[in-house]
Amino acid sequence: MEKIYLDNAATTRVCEQAAERTLYVMTQAYGNPSSLHTMGFEAEREMTAARQAVADRLSVNPSEIYFTSGGTEANNIALFGAVKRNGRRGKRIVTTAVEHPSVLRVMEQLEQDGFTVEYLMPDATGHISPEQVEQAITGDTILVSMMLVNNETGVRMPVEAAAEAIRRSKSPAILHVDAVQAFCKVPIKPARVGIDLMTVSSHKIHGPKGAGALYVAGQKGFPSRSFGGGQEREVRPGTEPLPAIAGFGAAVRAMPQPQELKAHFETLRAALREQLSGLSGVVIHSPEDAMPYVFSFSVPGIRAETMLHFLSSKNIFVSSGSACSKAKPSHVLTAMGLAPELVESSLRVSFSRFTTTEEIGALTAALKQGMEQLVKKS
Amino acid sequence: MREIILIKLGELVLKGLNRKNFEASLVRNIRHRIGRLGNFDIRVAQSTITISPKGEEDLDEVAEKVGKIFGIAAFSRACVAEKNMESILSACGEYLSSDLNRVKTFKVESKRSDKSFPLKSPEISAEVGAYIMENFPHLTVDVHNPDLVVMVEVRDFGAYIHGSSIPGAGGIPVGTGGRAALLISGGIDSPVAAWCMAKRGVELVPVHFASPPYTSERAEQKVVDLLTKVSDYSGRMILRVVPFAHIQEEIMAKCPEELFTIIMRRFMMRISERIAVDNGCEALITGESLGQVASQTMRAIACTEAAVDMPVFRPLIGMDKTEIIAISRKIDTFEISIQPFEDCCTVFTPKHPRTKPNLYFVEQAEQQLDADALIDECVSQVKLIKIGYDHSLA
Repeated sequence: MEKIYLDNAATTRVCEQAAERTLYVMTQAYGNPSSLHTMGFEAEREMTAARQAVADRLSVNPSEIYFTSGGTEANNIALFGAVKRNGRRGKRIVTTAVEHPSVLRVMEQLEQDGFTVEYLMPDATGHISPEQVEQAITGDTILVSMMLVNNETGVRMPVEAAAEAIRRSKSPAILHVDAVQAFCKVPIKPARVGIDLMTVSSHKIHGPKGAGALYVAGQKGFPSRSFGGGQEREVRPGTEPLPAIAGFGAAVRAMPQPQELKAHFETLRAALREQLSGLSGVVIHSPEDAMPYVFSFSVPGIRAETMLHFLSSKNIFVSSGSACSKAKPSHVLTAMGLAPELVESSLRVSFSRFTTTEEIGALTAALKQGMEQLVKKS
Repeated sequence: MREIILIKLGELVLKGLNRKNFEASLVRNIRHRIGRLGNFDIRVAQSTITISPKGEEDLDEVAEKVGKIFGIAAFSRACVAEKNMESILSACGEYLSSDLNRVKTFKVESKRSDKSFPLKSPEISAEVGAYIMENFPHLTVDVHNPDLVVMVEVRDFGAYIHGSSIPGAGGIPVGTGGRAALLISGGIDSPVAAWCMAKRGVELVPVHFASPPYTSERAEQKVVDLLTKVSDYSGRMILRVVPFAHIQEEIMAKCPEELFTIIMRRFMMRISERIAVDNGCEALITGESLGQVASQTMRAIACTEAAVDMPVFRPLIGMDKTEIIAISRKIDTFEISIQPFEDCCTVFTPKHPRTKPNLYFVEQAEQQLDADALIDECVSQVKLIKIGYDHSLA
């Protein structure tokens, strides 16, 4: 049976172009980009091309892109670096309660180091309002970290309002945006918005795992936490994971334009919404204006894990909450104020550009079967 | 709301009977430069070029590219409204709201080239002004020194509304000033010289001298990177890479050391002239600045110039290093130029180069070399690299 993979917010299948590039770099252009000889030069050109591809997508200068091992490392470098650069100006940090653990756990660390962190709470639909952001950002705020698209609900966060609030309050705050779930799918120009730091990742857009990037506005470098051979202009030293980086670049180049993808995702989501509305009892969590490629809903009475395993036995792969926090109740849905039984039964379906409407049909058919077959908790 | 770009022509409008040619060149250049970004309708009317996206194309990148095309004095991003006051007013409020919120004073200027429009220009201005005052009560009118000028142009195809215009790159369209070969080393000066001449409409045929194994592939890549930046202004071009090590070794072996640089430069000029002639060029361009180094003294320049018949343009000749660096920062080549790779000029530098070479002795020294054979050999091994044709991986 064909695999129906609907967990693309967790990770994606590597596209052919990226796989080819990665293989080429592993077997042919395997030099160290720091070596002086021709093979080193070839490897360096792979780096340059990948950097250009990422920069082009963000409409920024390639010298503002620093490769990392992925989103988590980029978020860590961004937040610790921002605090290192701005720490003497104040102690106040603003973020949201629905960030990825690689932001939230860093915030816990920073709290232990004496910073005060304000966590903005989403409303019942998962939104954080521009007004909330406006109020939270004050003149003594030194860092604001906000994701662009939430990984569980698909809700887009008001990062523009954050940039505007920073300007208006004349605060020295650095604005960090975790755009891992948005990169290449939602048009964003960090320089235009006024975003200082932005995290993106390879494996969410059909690139290999092991590569990500941090955009740092301006060309002045950035404080580092680790030290070594000076690669990535000291921000992320260590021999570059070139196969992953070259694959990342190829994956970026292979991604269609956001407008094109949007139409595709909207068709899929409309089909899913319509078919779910025929299944009585299903509760949809993702609001209408959420990004159309992440979709959260509950089948009350059936534990998410049970349904997930049932679907898995039918070769259909979805997620309960987010993959990064397996088995723990979703902190995002909990923050939205959802009843515990809804949180416990919540499933996340996420599309890729390879997802088809037939696959959506297969999913809802299997869901229906599951709902009939599985024993409900009273 | 439909957004377009309005381009005001620069010196072009002074060009009398040639004007049509100049306009055609400019339109062609614009087409080349923004073609990659989507589908656009580009037309010329009433000494203005309009660029209208055919679909949902994003104008940010277009504006960035347009800002670097020579022959454009100024341009603005405008929104298109229907030709009635109601849609003009609402377009003003909507399209310019963030600009209007940012300033304290404004004025309205109107132009009505479509005389069938019922209101006269001052009447349009008065209505728009009143509307803005009403909807943005924090604003006051200042006709002499406003923070923002709101422009309303009623033209044949619609009404255009825009705020302040953005200065263009100036100059005249590349291609209307002839074609010239550019000697490019990888330093700070030559890309700036290239930019200067492209500004005056010159199409560039860059020539780079590489000396492997004394110089590395990275030095060559640096030249490609520099020219890629320059091509944002000059348009695409084809780089000629000339293998030069053999000639350098010959000069080293057979000529007095203190004349090495001057003789080497004479060879560079001769080879460039040959490539120039083969490619329809009518001049050479160098980045020399008087007195900057030993080979750029007046006497040394006279010696190198004597090697060729073509006119040699040296746009930086009277500039200080700081002025040159300022331009290189502006065109974003500086950071690339200062990467530390050996280039063909630095490899064999003599300890004490002659600063006042005598042409007679230079020519005497060159007698030891079979110049024609050496040049033939070089020219036959020239490698071509396309610049600015595409950004994807070569």
